[in-house]
Amino acid sequence: MLWKEIMLLLRKEVVLEWRQRYALNGILLYVVSAVFVCYLSFNLQSGRLQVVTWNALFWIIMLFAAVNAVAKSFVQERAGRAIYYYTVASPQGIILSKIIYNTLLLLLLATICLLVYIVVMGNPIQNGGLFALNLLLGAAGFSVTLTMVSSIASKANNHSSLMAILGFPVIIPILLMVIKVSKNALDGLALSVSYDEMIILVAINAIVIALSYILFPYLWRT
Amino acid sequence: MMQTANSMKKRWWKILAILLIGYTITAGLLADVPRLPILNETIRVLHFHVPMWFGMFMLLATSVVYSVKYLRKPTQQNDLFASEFANTGILFGILGVTSGSLWAKFAWGTFWTSDPKLNGAAIALLIYFAYLILRGSFDDEQRRARISAIYNIFAFATLVPLLFILPRMTDSLHPGNGGNPGFNSYDMDSNLRMVFYPAVIGWTLLGVWLTSLRIRLNIIKQHTDERFEENLLRTRNHAMADDH
Repeated sequence: MLWKEIMLLLRKEVVLEWRQRYALNGILLYVVSAVFVCYLSFNLQSGRLQVVTWNALFWIIMLFAAVNAVAKSFVQERAGRAIYYYTVASPQGIILSKIIYNTLLLLLLATICLLVYIVVMGNPIQNGGLFALNLLLGAAGFSVTLTMVSSIASKANNHSSLMAILGFPVIIPILLMVIKVSKNALDGLALSVSYDEMIILVAINAIVIALSYILFPYLWRT
Repeated sequence: MMQTANSMKKRWWKILAILLIGYTITAGLLADVPRLPILNETIRVLHFHVPMWFGMFMLLATSVVYSVKYLRKPTQQNDLFASEFANTGILFGILGVTSGSLWAKFAWGTFWTSDPKLNGAAIALLIYFAYLILRGSFDDEQRRARISAIYNIFAFATLVPLLFILPRMTDSLHPGNGGNPGFNSYDMDSNLRMVFYPAVIGWTLLGVWLTSLRIRLNIIKQHTDERFEENLLRTRNHAMADDH
């Protein structure tokens, strides 16, 4: 029952996004120009960036892009439409569908970001499979935390700056783990080296999803 | 006589707090400490620095308990308790960072190093500063209470892995590194422990006391505000009656 509802809401999100493509295009352009600004700021030939810098810069760009992309899931939703959906759907269905939708959105964003980033900054990735798996876990982690933060921030008055203030400290544990695994993937270490970090990542995601599932109904009632 | 006995029963923990902190200050500064290289006499900061973290965590945990209580039963009192316990927790956190930073200057030679515990403490403070800003950005009191309660629970739950799991995975300059978020029982000798444990209890009790004072102050403020508004209304009604 809940699963069916989530699928319906998810489809609604995708259809809406596709109809107003300017928002999607906007966030894609945001990522591309962010990468390009960083590339020009470092003033480097391609492939000269140290691995540590490459890694940190990539995830910082992803973090800012994710905050901007997820912010619109609640903050930019039109009030009238939100009230309508909230009367016909359950809060659990809404939050879970938003989390799944944002994960997909962030995966798309990460893929495009990575492509542009590799073109201008060079490609030091040695363990591609691990990097891709980590990208998936990272996108899911960013999405679960930021979706809940976005729904909290949307209730307040100055939501645009609140989104970053509330989100950044909460996302740091996930960011640290993701950066660590990503560094392992860049160095070409085997998958088994990163098991601990990945288990923690999955565990944090599970905790945050469970919390969102419990807390969102209270938020929704206001 | 009955009244004093009653108030003594209520106040024993405040007296205990004063006694324990008095003991901590005298014994902490005067008692024998182990002679260790590098640390030397700076080891005495232990009784003033580490209890801040114990105190902070207990106060913040209490704040979360009241936030949960608020969501189950939305009363103004629960919200007040949650916000004031968080305030005192933040104060303890700031004191912990400051005392730790001074200690680090003398023991490790710098005010700040990239240590998982230092970074965890800084992030904890960032989260709770954000909580204060979130509280400040609402006009409606009920809305503020409910949404900041939700953020409080949410943030605290992400803080737990940060403070208790991540430090276990990396090396730290702190004792008990790579495996223990606090310290091992054999990191301290019995002389230190004689002062340290009372210090933890004393500082935490002081934190609770500070919180209770702020809560009482807030309740008094609400009462005076209400009375002021009533008086304003009454004089206005009188003035209108006189006009007619």
